[in-house]
Amino acid sequence: MKIMVAVKRVVDYAVKIRIKPDKSGVETQNVKMSMNPFCEIALEEALKIKESGLAKEVVAVTMGPSNCVDTLRTGLAMGADRGIHVEAARDLVPLSVAKVLKKLVEVENPGLLILGKQAIDDDCNQTGQMIAALLGWPQGTFASKVVLDKEKQVATVDREVDGGLETLCLDLPAVITTDLRLNQPRYATLPNIMKAKSKPIKRYTPEELNVEIKSDLEVVQVTEPPKRKAGVILSSVDELIDKLKNEAHVI
Amino acid sequence: MEKWRATSNLRRSLKSILNRQLSSVSEFRYLNEKRSCQSSFNLIRDCKSLGQVNAIQHRCFSSASTLVQRNPSFSTLNSDDISYFKGLLGEKSVIQDEDRLETVNTDWMHKYKGSSKLLLLPRSTEEVAQILRYCNSRCLAVVPQGGNTGLVGGSVPVFDEVIVNISSMNNIISFDKVSGILVCEAGCILENLISFLDNQGFIMPLDLGAKGSCQIGGNVSTNAGGLRLVRYGSLHGNVLGLEAVLANGDVLDMLGTLRKDNTGYDLKHLFIGSEGSLGIVTKVSILTPPKLSSVNIAFLACNDYSSCQKLLMEAKRKLGEILSAFEFLDTEAMNLVLHQLDGVRNPLPASMHNFYILIETTGSDESYNREKLEAFLLSSMEGGLISDGVLAQDINQASSFWRIREGVPEALMKAGAVYKYDLSLPVEKMYDLVDDMRIRLGDLAKVVGYGHLGDGNLHLNVSAPEYDDKILEQIEPYVYEWTSKHRGSISAEHGLGLMKANKIYYSKSAETVQTMASIKKLLDPNGILNPYKVLPHLLNS
Repeated sequence: MKIMVAVKRVVDYAVKIRIKPDKSGVETQNVKMSMNPFCEIALEEALKIKESGLAKEVVAVTMGPSNCVDTLRTGLAMGADRGIHVEAARDLVPLSVAKVLKKLVEVENPGLLILGKQAIDDDCNQTGQMIAALLGWPQGTFASKVVLDKEKQVATVDREVDGGLETLCLDLPAVITTDLRLNQPRYATLPNIMKAKSKPIKRYTPEELNVEIKSDLEVVQVTEPPKRKAGVILSSVDELIDKLKNEAHVI
Repeated sequence: MEKWRATSNLRRSLKSILNRQLSSVSEFRYLNEKRSCQSSFNLIRDCKSLGQVNAIQHRCFSSASTLVQRNPSFSTLNSDDISYFKGLLGEKSVIQDEDRLETVNTDWMHKYKGSSKLLLLPRSTEEVAQILRYCNSRCLAVVPQGGNTGLVGGSVPVFDEVIVNISSMNNIISFDKVSGILVCEAGCILENLISFLDNQGFIMPLDLGAKGSCQIGGNVSTNAGGLRLVRYGSLHGNVLGLEAVLANGDVLDMLGTLRKDNTGYDLKHLFIGSEGSLGIVTKVSILTPPKLSSVNIAFLACNDYSSCQKLLMEAKRKLGEILSAFEFLDTEAMNLVLHQLDGVRNPLPASMHNFYILIETTGSDESYNREKLEAFLLSSMEGGLISDGVLAQDINQASSFWRIREGVPEALMKAGAVYKYDLSLPVEKMYDLVDDMRIRLGDLAKVVGYGHLGDGNLHLNVSAPEYDDKILEQIEPYVYEWTSKHRGSISAEHGLGLMKANKIYYSKSAETVQTMASIKKLLDPNGILNPYKVLPHLLNS
């Protein structure tokens, strides 16, 4: 069985982000970029499944401008066998990503498609669900545990939902999106980094895949949330009542 | 004082201290026992029985030769003094509350404890000057204190010295974005300065594990080294100016912000590293390097020490200007960290290696620097210098590598009693000392070696469940003599403090020390600033 993992290049999780002066988006020049943490977890899960003998190959996929290949190299250094890079302008919306992924799935025929539950730059949490719908595949999102049964060709997925944990049984092929507690991603070891240099990365353009990249959404403005005002220390109960009445208008 | 004398039974408290397990006793009880030890020390001092003084000294403090007696020329605090300070600083800045005094009287390692009755929290240079003028006139001994993270007992009183804590002076005065020159008060916590500079696109030229608590005044007064010295050099190069208050209350304003100023003797260098014994630093002006965007870090394993050395040579050559840190840990250190600290993962779990090296590079071009680092690592691996290694792929992974290296002192503290030595040695010889100590100590204790390999600085730590004189005998003076024989420094960056005050001769000649004593006498004739520390006791009278 082949596993396909979609990974995204985002601003590093630990960076303090700044908004561009023209409010068109987040500053990404000269800022450390790395693989989306949820995508790392997705890749780690795929590698674990491969190491347990239930899959033969792990293919990492990414979409975006040419510098996205760095993320692919990280994926290969972690242990993925092959990489696929779909050239596109930046800021693809989830629906476009899902459409491209659908074409790639038709080419590669994986038994399992694993993605991170959301990207930390747009927090959309849509791609996994959309691709499952486009493919007509079952989906297990927010996975905190995945167990594959090769004979029965099912995946048992524990999902982290608001009410607790929900366990689903999905027929393969299926789409799984990963949540934080699924696993701890491995480090890229030097021998693997060395091997990654010779692993193949195939390039596609959206035209070759017959996908039209268009977005129905336009980002109008990006602003910082309002700064928290400092607290005020009051000196008496009367002052408190006065403030609640006249300033906060709650009594 | 009266109730302490009455309540402690001398022999029982001594025995309980010997049998105590540092790690298993709750904080409060440990300090209680320490307190009874201290009070029994005072009791004995009053009895003037020299033999018993030696015995108690031996058990309370881990160094065999701190035979310190309170200098009788220092006055004792009286109520007039307290009223004066309250009038000068206000009630809130004059602390006599026992609980707060407990904390400021004890050092970070819980190894040294004073019995000061008064903590002062000045908020301005003027207040510091008035405090010192008064103390000098009354001949009251003073301990300048910042973050109290020192490791040689230099930041806490030995007896009843007045503690002058600079923490309230924590304002950033100015920052020049073009030149990167930061002027701030001495009580600013290092981590806060780092965050402030981060927003401006700059970094502090020093970084140490204690950054969450240590203050810049203390860093400057102790000439702190840290993790980035290999790249940015020592504070002697980065501090452009400082303001210090002398023992008699005179304020020396040397707070220049100029890169170059060759007018007269550069006195600020006297204060940098004098550990508060020549003056209290109240403001600092420091040159900060720009924050470069591309930081990469690798965690590597080597089979033997000579590979570590060769790796250092290669790193300096091949990574050159982008190398920003080169640290090492041995297996013992790694094991300790993995066992004692939570949330720490071994980046190389496949097997335990003999040595671990952490290399960090900082530069301005991400892809170029990464390629350079990867090329260096791969060629070192092919050359057999590295047996395994990982490269951090994002900032979280990078922090986890640093957590391992920065967590060693904390892990040692948790493991029980620790004898800490901080030595500068020629790089080829550094690990020989660790091997020697392992042979000497055998099963008595665990010997852990780690440190700033890039600067030739070994942190030799001996870890045991409890403090034990048998262990101490095997360590001192052997370690100092070994270091002296190789013309090393018995204190690379920790300073002398109380712990090594009498050991200076292992690294400095008698004439040099005599000149130091003359300078001390000149600047502090009554010897009130941080007495009993830095210079040998015999010279202080």
